[in-house]
Amino acid sequence: MKEKLHQLKLKYQGKKMAPAFNALHTFLYTPNETTHSGGHIRGADDLKRTMNTVIMALVPCLLFGMFNAGYQHYSAINGFPADFDLFEHFLTWDNFLVGITTVLPLVIVSYGVGLAIEFLFAVIKGHEVEEGYLVTGMLVPLIVPVDTPLWMLAVAVVFGVVIGKEVFGGTGMNILNPALTIRAFLFFAYPTWMSGDKVWVHGAKDGITQAGSTDAISGETVLGYLAQGNTDTGYSLADMFYGFIPGSVGETSTLLIILGGLFLIFSKIASWRIMLSAVLGSLAMGLIFNGIVDAGWLPEYSKFYTLMSFPYWQHLLVGGLIFGIVFMATDPVTGSQTNKGKWIYGFLIGFMSVMIRVFNPGYPEGVFLAILLMNVFAPTIDHYVIKGNIKKRLKRLKTATIYPKASDEEVDALKTETA
Amino acid sequence: MALLSKKDANLILDPLADNNPITIQVLGICSALAITAELKASVVMAISVLFVLGVGNVVISLLRNVIPAKIRIIVQLVVVAALVIIVDQVLKAFAYELSKTLSVFVGLIITNCIIMGRFEAFALGNGPWKSFLDGIGNALGYGVILVIVGFFRELLGSGTLFGIKVLGDPVAKTGLYALGYENNGFMIIPPAALIVVGIIIWVQRSRNRALIEEA
Repeated sequence: MKEKLHQLKLKYQGKKMAPAFNALHTFLYTPNETTHSGGHIRGADDLKRTMNTVIMALVPCLLFGMFNAGYQHYSAINGFPADFDLFEHFLTWDNFLVGITTVLPLVIVSYGVGLAIEFLFAVIKGHEVEEGYLVTGMLVPLIVPVDTPLWMLAVAVVFGVVIGKEVFGGTGMNILNPALTIRAFLFFAYPTWMSGDKVWVHGAKDGITQAGSTDAISGETVLGYLAQGNTDTGYSLADMFYGFIPGSVGETSTLLIILGGLFLIFSKIASWRIMLSAVLGSLAMGLIFNGIVDAGWLPEYSKFYTLMSFPYWQHLLVGGLIFGIVFMATDPVTGSQTNKGKWIYGFLIGFMSVMIRVFNPGYPEGVFLAILLMNVFAPTIDHYVIKGNIKKRLKRLKTATIYPKASDEEVDALKTETA
Repeated sequence: MALLSKKDANLILDPLADNNPITIQVLGICSALAITAELKASVVMAISVLFVLGVGNVVISLLRNVIPAKIRIIVQLVVVAALVIIVDQVLKAFAYELSKTLSVFVGLIITNCIIMGRFEAFALGNGPWKSFLDGIGNALGYGVILVIVGFFRELLGSGTLFGIKVLGDPVAKTGLYALGYENNGFMIIPPAALIVVGIIIWVQRSRNRALIEEA
């Protein structure tokens, strides 16, 4: 296989399509033309390997999302099982079948369209295919509702990759996270498919009904439910933590996301500073809101009351907050680069996510907006962190005692001594 | 062209493409963002600016030798304000609904950078005929972009052109909508105009590389 790809590559060398074949070759194998002699250190973790690590961290979320798609679908029809059993009710072939038929097409469309554009731009511009889309392509199906029409996804991917990335110069040059650009485009372009109580469960939009009733099923997300002023969500804390709740495909299972996050931290792919500070930021904002409610400053009839009184730490369990923090805020291209900057950047993401959640009644999930906003501010944060550092060191220079230089005679004396 | 010398013809043709006020000089962006959600409004806006800039340039050019340099901006403002009021009144009299859609943006033609820019840069130093051509050319360059942006935004955002449902009825699900197509709500909001203008600039510059500034 490797030899064959190498032959193909040589055959097309210097031709217009060369980048496309190069990309296929290096996707899985080390290229044949590497330096063999001399003092070179070849790191194993090039861009492709980095991307593949993130994808590995995402696979559990994807699989869980497939099962959950089926679980939510059947539970909506038959009611939630009273004595929940993981193997009997969740990890079943029926659930998986629904997942395969709804989630897999999303993945295929996302990768197919996105990579086609990457190849197209590589051929037009005559540079190598950039691997940037590998992670984006996996993130996109995980952050959209199960029933998103495939053509909408395709349009959004075209928009996100071209406007979000290629116009800025491709992978590594983009200001905004392409996956979130795609999500934002979908949200503003087709709001009826991206929010509300009809999109999170497979089949809800077509009007399937609950067994024995004529009401169309309602699969509202926990956040959407709270935003409407309801207090009891009907889901236990364990449900929220393990992810047996309606939501975008891969964002529901806090447990698996945390595992993926730990994997990324220990493989040193993603920044733990951003993750930790974002969690702290969201907790801080949650605590402020809880404090306002506890102090009695907010009347119970206020439309913000239910979301404000939602226990601060539970914000991390519902919606896409933890998913965004782990997999999207830590994007090394669009995030802050300096260590101090990462703390500020992460903290503000968490802080604003919860704030948007509570204050935006039209859309109870603000994570993607918060991250996109901070993407824009990340270079500014870095700029001031670096400036602050320069100032600090200049100050240190002023107060520093500089030892007088040895005069020429002393140098000569030293030289003769050592000689 | 027998009617116009080559130099005069360039006064009209240049702003249409290689010296376009919107895509090259990046002037008049506010109105291009605000009113291009519908093609009809774009066309009316283009015609209004055509009138104001064409007549205004001639008036300023005729007055150019008697305007004291110190108060020339005020004089220009008076001229453009008078013309805009005429446009506004005509719209209110004959196309009331439309003037409501355009609302404040007709009045804001006064602040359109293209107009003051042409007064300052061209009409103050050239004769009436040339100024007239320059005004028409720049207004047309502005109008062309407005119409292109309006065309795409209305077609993709509302599925209509000049209010006619060209893609079928979204409620009754006819035409394209029967296939599951939906209008793109993103194109209705002003940021979409920014992106459409950006794409036009991108296309124009990749076709004519001389337009790309040295970094």
